[in-house]
Amino acid sequence: MSEYVVELKNITKRFPGVVALHNMQLAVKPGEIHGLIGENGAGKSTLIKVLTGVHMADEGEIYVNGEKRVFKNPNESAAAGIACVYQELNIEKLLSVTDNIFINKWLKKGALLDYDAMHKKAEEVMKSLGQDVDPRKAAGTLGMGVQQMIEIAKAVLIDAKMIIMDEPTSSLGEKEVEQLMKTCRELKDRGIGILFVSHKLEELFELCDRVTVIRDGEYIETRDIKDWTNDSLIASMVGRTLENQFPKEFGVKGDCMLKAENLEIGGVLHGVSFEAYGGQILGMSGLVGAGRTETVRAIFGADPLDGGKIYVKGKEVKIKSPKQAIAAGIALLTEDRKGSGLVLGESIRTNLIMSSFKKHSDGPFLNEKRIEETGQGHIESLRIKTPSIDEIVGQLSGGNQQKVVIGKWINSNADIYIFDEPTRGIDVGAKVEVYNVMNSLVKAGKCVIMISSEMPEILGMSDRVVVMRGGRVMATVDRDSKHFNQEDIMKAAWGGTLDD
Amino acid sequence: MTKKKKSGSGFQLGTILALVIMCLFLAISNKNFYSYSNLMSILKQTAFNAFLAVGMLLCLITAGIDLSVGANAVFCACLMGALSKSGMSSGILLMIIGILAGGLVGFINGTLLTRLHLPHPFVSTLGMKNVLWGLALLVTGSQMINTFPASVQWLGLTTIVGFPVSFIVVIVLYIVMHVFLSKTALGRSIYCAGGNMEATRLSGINTANVLTFCYTMSGIMAALAGIVSVGRSGICNGANATQPYDTDAIAACIIGGASFTGGKGTMFGTMLGCLIISVLRNGFTLLSIDSAVQNIVLGLVIILAVLMDVIRAQMEAKRRRLAAGK
Repeated sequence: MSEYVVELKNITKRFPGVVALHNMQLAVKPGEIHGLIGENGAGKSTLIKVLTGVHMADEGEIYVNGEKRVFKNPNESAAAGIACVYQELNIEKLLSVTDNIFINKWLKKGALLDYDAMHKKAEEVMKSLGQDVDPRKAAGTLGMGVQQMIEIAKAVLIDAKMIIMDEPTSSLGEKEVEQLMKTCRELKDRGIGILFVSHKLEELFELCDRVTVIRDGEYIETRDIKDWTNDSLIASMVGRTLENQFPKEFGVKGDCMLKAENLEIGGVLHGVSFEAYGGQILGMSGLVGAGRTETVRAIFGADPLDGGKIYVKGKEVKIKSPKQAIAAGIALLTEDRKGSGLVLGESIRTNLIMSSFKKHSDGPFLNEKRIEETGQGHIESLRIKTPSIDEIVGQLSGGNQQKVVIGKWINSNADIYIFDEPTRGIDVGAKVEVYNVMNSLVKAGKCVIMISSEMPEILGMSDRVVVMRGGRVMATVDRDSKHFNQEDIMKAAWGGTLDD
Repeated sequence: MTKKKKSGSGFQLGTILALVIMCLFLAISNKNFYSYSNLMSILKQTAFNAFLAVGMLLCLITAGIDLSVGANAVFCACLMGALSKSGMSSGILLMIIGILAGGLVGFINGTLLTRLHLPHPFVSTLGMKNVLWGLALLVTGSQMINTFPASVQWLGLTTIVGFPVSFIVVIVLYIVMHVFLSKTALGRSIYCAGGNMEATRLSGINTANVLTFCYTMSGIMAALAGIVSVGRSGICNGANATQPYDTDAIAACIIGGASFTGGKGTMFGTMLGCLIISVLRNGFTLLSIDSAVQNIVLGLVIILAVLMDVIRAQMEAKRRRLAAGK
């Protein structure tokens, strides 16, 4: 019998062009709550997916109770006793609690479902998790905390030896978090190992026995919780050396182009204020879910605001739709290129002019000659690799697709360019080209706002950085400030305060 | 666009071939098929569906659908009939009222979808179909009406050396719509909206207005089809609102290369689709095949056309996957 309930040894997982996990180690003891933390993109999700059999590791071994196992699919992982409560719950809201718990594991009496037995069992399991609910009720009518318990009940019911909890507290209220922690401790007492993935340091310190830090797909270290401090955890998470892969050039700081004042979206943004200047790149840093995307979407009129004011070049503007935002001189490159940036089935030609039909038309008619001229101009200056301007955008590589979106927004001739994760999922060469576009924009006096979850990119390219957490601005750091370093920005992003 | 036409032309070549083969088959099996009068009668029959298909195509390109076009055409005819029976004798006025009514119905469909956020046009237009059926019976008192002035019947009835004027109007309309769809900003916006609604909205295009425009156009086209039907038959009959006119229009668009997932479809292809359907129906009549069998075959043709579209998309996706893997 092994000391560990689940152990990963030298796991390597490659995706085309990237090594997501490299020689990853993880060992969870039975009856242990094991914290797992890392920056955005450190490989937490991939690690979870390897454990749950969604991805198969390319190299390395997985041991369950000392026995070597290979998971070809999620069913095999579940059969070995590994369960996962994902951040996005897998709850069928219209079905009853019982249905949700027993989905695909129905108790039967002959050919028919034995609901009496299932309801009874469901009630028992939920009660053992501290939830006194009627199992006949539709799951969607219950609170998020209870819905999460339904997921945990599923895990308990398949006799899970280890339960992975992925950001389990992110959508819970204070009371629900308390209940969850209580449940975790009870599961621990039953000898179940828990892998607790969280962005919240205070939770790790309150709950975990040991914490493992991973970074850039690699295992960094595991320590008992008493041997960790806030600072040592953060230092361990960011501790990489910055290479100079950023061709940063400086513009001349101009007037305030965009000012956001007390932006409010119920439950999402809480009084977000910041200023962005011409000739500068304003970086927006923070963890995934900090409210950065929500902020810029609201400014762009893509989602409604509940309160707050927006000033463009000193004048207050009321923006109700993207159309009005574009008229006010704002461009937004969204984080989801395929979902909301491009019409994949259309040509480069069409995608490039989507935000500037007027400029490319005479009356109602499109001026194909002008479209072709500006289009060819973008293909050359942005170095879009394509056989022709009529190539379908869906056929291009990620980097070239991103350049098409950038071209579309340059066509709109905006003053304020908001780039939401502009280099996500594109190769290094294309990244540099995107940075160069930003450089030339600020040199032309334009204002660039760049949301990025990659700390080196934020530090490499920004003139100022706004750090957000939980829908609030935690800090604003100038490039020449002493706080303009990974540790301090990371500290603010994880809820710490920076002195002056 | 050019590239798309290239990749789409293979499919349309197939459609043209299917039409030619059908015509050859019918010409061999029945010598009446190639008579001038029969060919002209096919064109006359095509006109009605061709009008409906224009509106249907616009809606299909936006990844929507308008199931009320047939009922709308019948309703507009009945409204004109009721007014003429109650003494309105100006044909021009009757037609203007009919077109306005059809357009209003389409506008309501579009508004329900975009401003009142009904989940899918299937819901609003299917409901509207029943509303229009009821209204058509209501305004006519469930009676057939045949008191249309000659000017209303002109479009559907007149021929020039046997060639139906209605089909000439269709040809002109299809050319105008082709230019509209391929050469204007609004036309291009319709394809963009159908290809990716969110990306189009975030590019500053008012997608709600674009969609409302398409459904309003669909209503106006239905009204024109209603006027053609009045000319052809001389009567209007509210009970016809339940006829599967919508299905014929959908079939024409899909056979012509439109897709339920939106972003695709051309006027030329739709014209081919309309011709295939009327040749098919004409052939059934010439060969005196039971109308029940007609319905079965037409239903199968629609399923086959969609199936071909699905298979084509799958093959394309596979080809892309393989190309990306290299």
